[in-house]
Amino acid sequence: MNGKMLIINFEKCTGCRRCELVCSVYHEGVSNPAKARIKVEKWEWEGLYIPMTCRQCVDAPCMNVCPVKAIYRNEAENRVHVDHDICIGCRSCVAVCPFGAMNFNPWEKKVFKCDLCGGDPQCVRFCDMKAVDFVSPEKESLMKKRDAALKISEAKKLGATIQYEGQ
Amino acid sequence: MALNRKVAIVNLTTGEIDIRPIPLEVRKAFLGGRGLAAYLLYKYSKPGCDPMGPDNAVIFSAGILGGTLASASARTDVMTKNPLTGLLGSGNFGGFFAPELRWAGFDHIVVIGKAPKPVYIWVHDGEVEIRDGKNVWGKSVTEAQWAVREELGDPDIKCAVCGPAAEKGVKFANVMTGIKNSNGRGGGGTVMGSKNLKLVAARGTMDIKIAHPMEALEYDKKFIEQITSAKVNQTMGELGTPFIWGATNSWGGIRTNNFQYNQLLYADEIEPENIDAWSKKSFGQYNMAACFACQVHCRARYRVPDTPLARKFGVANNYDEGPEYTSQGAFCSEPGCTRLDTLLICNHLVDQYGLDNLETGSLISWAMELYEQGILTKKDTDGIDLRFGNDEALIEMIHHIAKRDTWLGNVLAEGGIRASEIIGKDSFKYLIHVKGMSNLHSDERATPGLALNIATASRGSDHLRSRPAIDLYHLPEPVLRKIYSTPIPYDGPLSSDHTEYVGKPWQVFWQENCYMAVDCLGICKYHTTFLGATLPNFEEWSKVLYYNTGLEMSPEDIWNVAIRCNMVERLFNLREGMKKDDPYKGEILAERYFTEPCRRGAPDVIGKYIDKEKFLKMREEFYRYKGCDEDGIPLPETLKRLGLENLDDEPSRI
Repeated sequence: MNGKMLIINFEKCTGCRRCELVCSVYHEGVSNPAKARIKVEKWEWEGLYIPMTCRQCVDAPCMNVCPVKAIYRNEAENRVHVDHDICIGCRSCVAVCPFGAMNFNPWEKKVFKCDLCGGDPQCVRFCDMKAVDFVSPEKESLMKKRDAALKISEAKKLGATIQYEGQ
Repeated sequence: MALNRKVAIVNLTTGEIDIRPIPLEVRKAFLGGRGLAAYLLYKYSKPGCDPMGPDNAVIFSAGILGGTLASASARTDVMTKNPLTGLLGSGNFGGFFAPELRWAGFDHIVVIGKAPKPVYIWVHDGEVEIRDGKNVWGKSVTEAQWAVREELGDPDIKCAVCGPAAEKGVKFANVMTGIKNSNGRGGGGTVMGSKNLKLVAARGTMDIKIAHPMEALEYDKKFIEQITSAKVNQTMGELGTPFIWGATNSWGGIRTNNFQYNQLLYADEIEPENIDAWSKKSFGQYNMAACFACQVHCRARYRVPDTPLARKFGVANNYDEGPEYTSQGAFCSEPGCTRLDTLLICNHLVDQYGLDNLETGSLISWAMELYEQGILTKKDTDGIDLRFGNDEALIEMIHHIAKRDTWLGNVLAEGGIRASEIIGKDSFKYLIHVKGMSNLHSDERATPGLALNIATASRGSDHLRSRPAIDLYHLPEPVLRKIYSTPIPYDGPLSSDHTEYVGKPWQVFWQENCYMAVDCLGICKYHTTFLGATLPNFEEWSKVLYYNTGLEMSPEDIWNVAIRCNMVERLFNLREGMKKDDPYKGEILAERYFTEPCRRGAPDVIGKYIDKEKFLKMREEFYRYKGCDEDGIPLPETLKRLGLENLDDEPSRI
């Protein structure tokens, strides 16, 4: 089973938006961020860039809200899928997605979302920083543990006090 | 397809907006971007016009590959008749404006006339509007951009904006986009200000159809790898352009104390590694930012340090980006300052005022030399002790130039030549300029090829028009020959020695065409044969152009387009009064290049100066490659070959 998902480490993002570009070219054959499944949200005056895309939620609100059951979860591919033959275009999914990851194409009058490019996400392939990465969440949390552990050990070397949330 | 973008001709006097397609034969002749802009400027500005008057045109241009998969396809050219030089003015910024302009349906916005009151232009999904500028006029570069987003209710709007300096008519005001992306050296901001045009805002959701999407994606992967595998770009992605300053200063190629020296001493604090460490302190390990679709990411994020100096000027902790190589020259070596906080403060101020950093720093440094020579006195400076190395004086002068609120600030805001006429005495002889534009801070006395480049650059003293920068790498002759013999054969001399004069004119000619081509395509110069010898050029562009736009152009075809476009720029300059040996408007170096030897640096630099006789021979050879006579005037057969023989009389092709 492919348990990988798109993991976003926004600190690594340089804000270049190549992910948006390759996404729209791969899926639609055009350069047009309005048709991309990923979007870099920016606060330029802070130097803050955060790529946003579908989390392929386990208990997906889009799936739960769909009145005609056009949205389902493909467990083998670990992704949430829209069946356009069933979809009636009510856009309830657009309204409930907590991440804004369900999009609407006003030209074709269709919702669209990240489909992980069939297992080879182009945004990841073209992101040299790997601000967007395709890994299993288990692996990601193991890596995070190691990173955090290293930080704690370094901080200890400097004699600093670590502050934990809620302390 | 990517070729269906349009040209909008906006007349601010009458409010008329004329939208026209770009015919395919015009595409094939000029491609787009800077090349097509040169043609449009030639046709839409009135010969001999006052650059600050309604008859001048200012043209915002995206390249033909803007917004496509081509790496860093984000460059915007802004072209006009430059109020500083009275000749061609052209700047180029990255950022995100060009792709947005193309998604909004346009490649070129040609602005003529003059608005009766402040306005801005709103370009969105095939439409162009002139709107009231009362909410944006008077605002800083960034505040104006955020204000227009709020007014139109869209946080994704991208702007080409001028700052307060342009509103005050400072002759070297930039067009800016984002935090610090600067369209400098061209006076575009000044002309916008003179037209009461604060900004061009763009937002689009229109498809740019990629001709062969899957092939384009696959080719792009290789294209990017070629770009990012170059050591120079990897270093740039770590340290940004300051790494160039570090390397050339240690060698002795950085003009210091205006032009008294060629190396800044005691500069540890502003070495690239130290700037990088400061940036990382605020933004962590991943401190670099990028322009659209660029994997080099050479732009550092920083906050102005909280030092007494920063607090005094009220900018402590402010966010900005950079500084670039040019700011290190303008605010460190030229004025002889060595403090990091000074550099970061000055960089921030020019970004917010929308001033050209090089011109600002260079003119202040020139004034410092005049002050030390006694040509300017404390009375002229309103009490400022304008000696070299006075950080506070430097910062104060930036404010005074931008606001034009002191005698000297107001005089310097007019640019070097006009200022030298007002200041008088022999102030002109200390001015380091070509065509009235201050030189970059690199010192070319030990590098004749680079000296020829700045002397003949179409927009005045400039390194981004034709600099054979790889000349400094001492590449073996066969390697040079491989680069400089494509796409058309060259069997003349080439030398690995950067202090030589032979072979350089061809290199400068080749680079001039290379940079013109890349500016027509609208991609970044760091992605071609500029700082790295292995980076893509004509051959790769031919493919990337085909996959993305479907346009079939051979490497030779692109080369010929570049020659044609360079000739249009030359014809514009000749029309506006350029003469080869004119000390004000000519293609000649400041006299000090020929008379003052370098006083510092490595053994291959110290004692070097430019041999005038050899220089003039180089220039003549360069003219010959361009198809010009010994005075730099194009021969009739050259114009005929390029299809430019009726340029003055023909009706505009767009």
